[in-house]
Amino acid sequence: MYRYDEFDRSFVNERVAEFRGQVARRMSGEMSEEEFRPLRLMNGLYLQLHAYMLRVAIPYGTFSSVQMRKLAHIARTYDRGYGHFTTRQNIQFNWPKLEQVPVLLAELADVEMHAIQTSGNCIRNVTADPYAGAVADEVDDSRIWAEIVRQWSTLHPEFTYLGRKFKIAVSASDFDRAVIRFHDIGLIIKRNEAGEIGFQVWVGGGLGRTPMIAKVFNEFVPQEDLLSYLEAVLRVYNMYGRRDNKYKARIKILVHETGLEELRAQVDAEWQEIRNSSLKVPDYEIERIRSYFAPPPFEKLDAVDRGFEIKKFENPEFARWVNGNVVAHRQPGYKIVNISLKPEGLPPGDVTADQMEELADLAETYSFDEIRATHEQNLVFAHVKQSELFELWQELGEIGLAMPNIGKVTDMIACPGLDYCALANARAIPLAQRISRRYADLDKQFDLGELKLKISGCINACGHHHVGHIGLLGVDRRGEEYYQITLGGSGAEDAAIGSIIGPAFSSADVVDAIESVISLYVELRDDNERFLDTYRRVGTAPFKSRLYPEKLDAAA
Amino acid sequence: MPLLKDGKLVDDGWLQLDDDAVLPEAGAVVVSLARWQQDRDHLIARTGPVGVRLTADQTPGLIRADLDELALVALEFPAFTNGRAYSYARLLHRYGFAGEIRAVGNVLRDQYWNMQRCGFNALEIEAGETEADWVATVTHYSAPYQVAHDPALPVMSLRERRMAAAAQG
Ligand code: SF4
Repeated sequence: MYRYDEFDRSFVNERVAEFRGQVARRMSGEMSEEEFRPLRLMNGLYLQLHAYMLRVAIPYGTFSSVQMRKLAHIARTYDRGYGHFTTRQNIQFNWPKLEQVPVLLAELADVEMHAIQTSGNCIRNVTADPYAGAVADEVDDSRIWAEIVRQWSTLHPEFTYLGRKFKIAVSASDFDRAVIRFHDIGLIIKRNEAGEIGFQVWVGGGLGRTPMIAKVFNEFVPQEDLLSYLEAVLRVYNMYGRRDNKYKARIKILVHETGLEELRAQVDAEWQEIRNSSLKVPDYEIERIRSYFAPPPFEKLDAVDRGFEIKKFENPEFARWVNGNVVAHRQPGYKIVNISLKPEGLPPGDVTADQMEELADLAETYSFDEIRATHEQNLVFAHVKQSELFELWQELGEIGLAMPNIGKVTDMIACPGLDYCALANARAIPLAQRISRRYADLDKQFDLGELKLKISGCINACGHHHVGHIGLLGVDRRGEEYYQITLGGSGAEDAAIGSIIGPAFSSADVVDAIESVISLYVELRDDNERFLDTYRRVGTAPFKSRLYPEKLDAAA
Repeated sequence: MPLLKDGKLVDDGWLQLDDDAVLPEAGAVVVSLARWQQDRDHLIARTGPVGVRLTADQTPGLIRADLDELALVALEFPAFTNGRAYSYARLLHRYGFAGEIRAVGNVLRDQYWNMQRCGFNALEIEAGETEADWVATVTHYSAPYQVAHDPALPVMSLRERRMAAAAQG
């Protein structure tokens, strides 16, 4: 994985020093909260319902055991023993005190971490495919390019006070594991006929109150032109993006209001001006960064391991976990392991300090000292020997992290909701817990197959409900928590925005309503058909009549 | 309002002219885009340099053809969180404008480095702030990560130099 050199190291230390000075000026009253706010946000520090929250960047979700141990220490020292993995491959800590934050950031800097641009109206922490460097279907390692984008975007002098936040994701496969189509800019790495690397550039995707699927702006931007193309998009956005209404300030609105063709022409014109400038990414820098992501020293192994097959045969629980959470690796004898952070009845994405330390040890032992965070609030050990899966599974079981529910109904995304967030209409985490108890039966979950359920506490959609196969949105009904159900969304390569199915349900009724939706799917599905595919085949009508039978009576 | 130019507090020799104020015969004046468009010939004919002040909604493309006639462009920050003018400053440089690019409005020292890097060379600042306060904010970082308008070498180039040096020695 990427390691800081002297330049990166001094940069984060200088950042800490700068912020220490800003905090001091704020605390002495020399700086107003209004002036301080964007500065603290650009260092990941939010003011929430009850206290501050600090969001720490995990660039493109890749981190080491040493970093994980530091996160455990931070959870213990500054939080109440927890960390919360987010949908942007970051980790959040609640309850830090303002005066402690500079020290906390200095501790992070010791292990090459920071909280730069995890919030604020700037280019946010870049995300990438969590299976990068391990999966067979990728064109290139997306982390190389995410790192290049990270460096370019860090404290970019021109794009630090944008109209709104700006999110970039990188993927390298036909399978979209990075929600590319719902980012301000999504990059899909491609290879042209000459074998050269370039980027298919998607612009203007986003969730929030106006969800939109991104559009392809350019089919192939050659690798050396990546930064000039990004700069062209950002410059056009910075100059013309709306500033009068924060809900209309994302680039998706600019694309929508200007029109795809026109905006693309503006970007192209700007790009041609700057394409042959010092923004060209030099080969030596690409190679330098690439070398950090060289494959770890894999052993030469057979694709089939008898011991592993026997263990699966003898131990159905292990077999189920393998079936649910383990995916193919491109290196024979190795597998990619997903670690679910959605155990029954606990908040999605939460990990205790003790678990973090255990995970750090396990990653060291089983996965070349490397951990990935996913946008679905889970973790990945990307390079595990097949012959060691059984031991890893047992050890994960001991710390309560062997839940085999990846991609299943209980592998939910939920935002912090009303328990933490000042903007929320309704709680998200307790609802996730109730659903996970309702579907605790693993046989049932496996029978249902892939089913992505996502919960947001308000229309800002941090829980990605628009792209849930089933989405739940917290709404306020005369001071009561209600939930609106959307069906048919997808954040993957078959991107779609879910449709609202009808009036919202009360908190008391919503879990039953979800169960009705799911039972209807079971009745209607063809063999092995996913929920999403059944829904797409039959449409909304059967679901509407199941959920709102009284309306049907009235119409008859 | 105090003027910080090229890192030094200096006297501001420019008169900010309201749209309805009488145009003085001589001396340096800054006018709005509207006045510039209205009085263009008159403004050019008189003695004394002219500057134009652009609001955040007015892109420098609007005065591109006139830049040879102008000695100063003032770019407005209606709020320090509105960062359009950073891009405008970059564009002015690209259009070949070599005069003063001045930041006006809600101009704060925590954004000074950004402004300098995008090619602002003058800033109207709050009374009471010292040169040292401002200069301190641009010395936080030894090297930036990306190229911008300023001559600072980005980290990428420094790495290349170091590698070249290592290869030689
Ligand atoms: S979706 Fe709404 S409630 Fe949930 S975290 Fe985002 S802003 Fe808060």
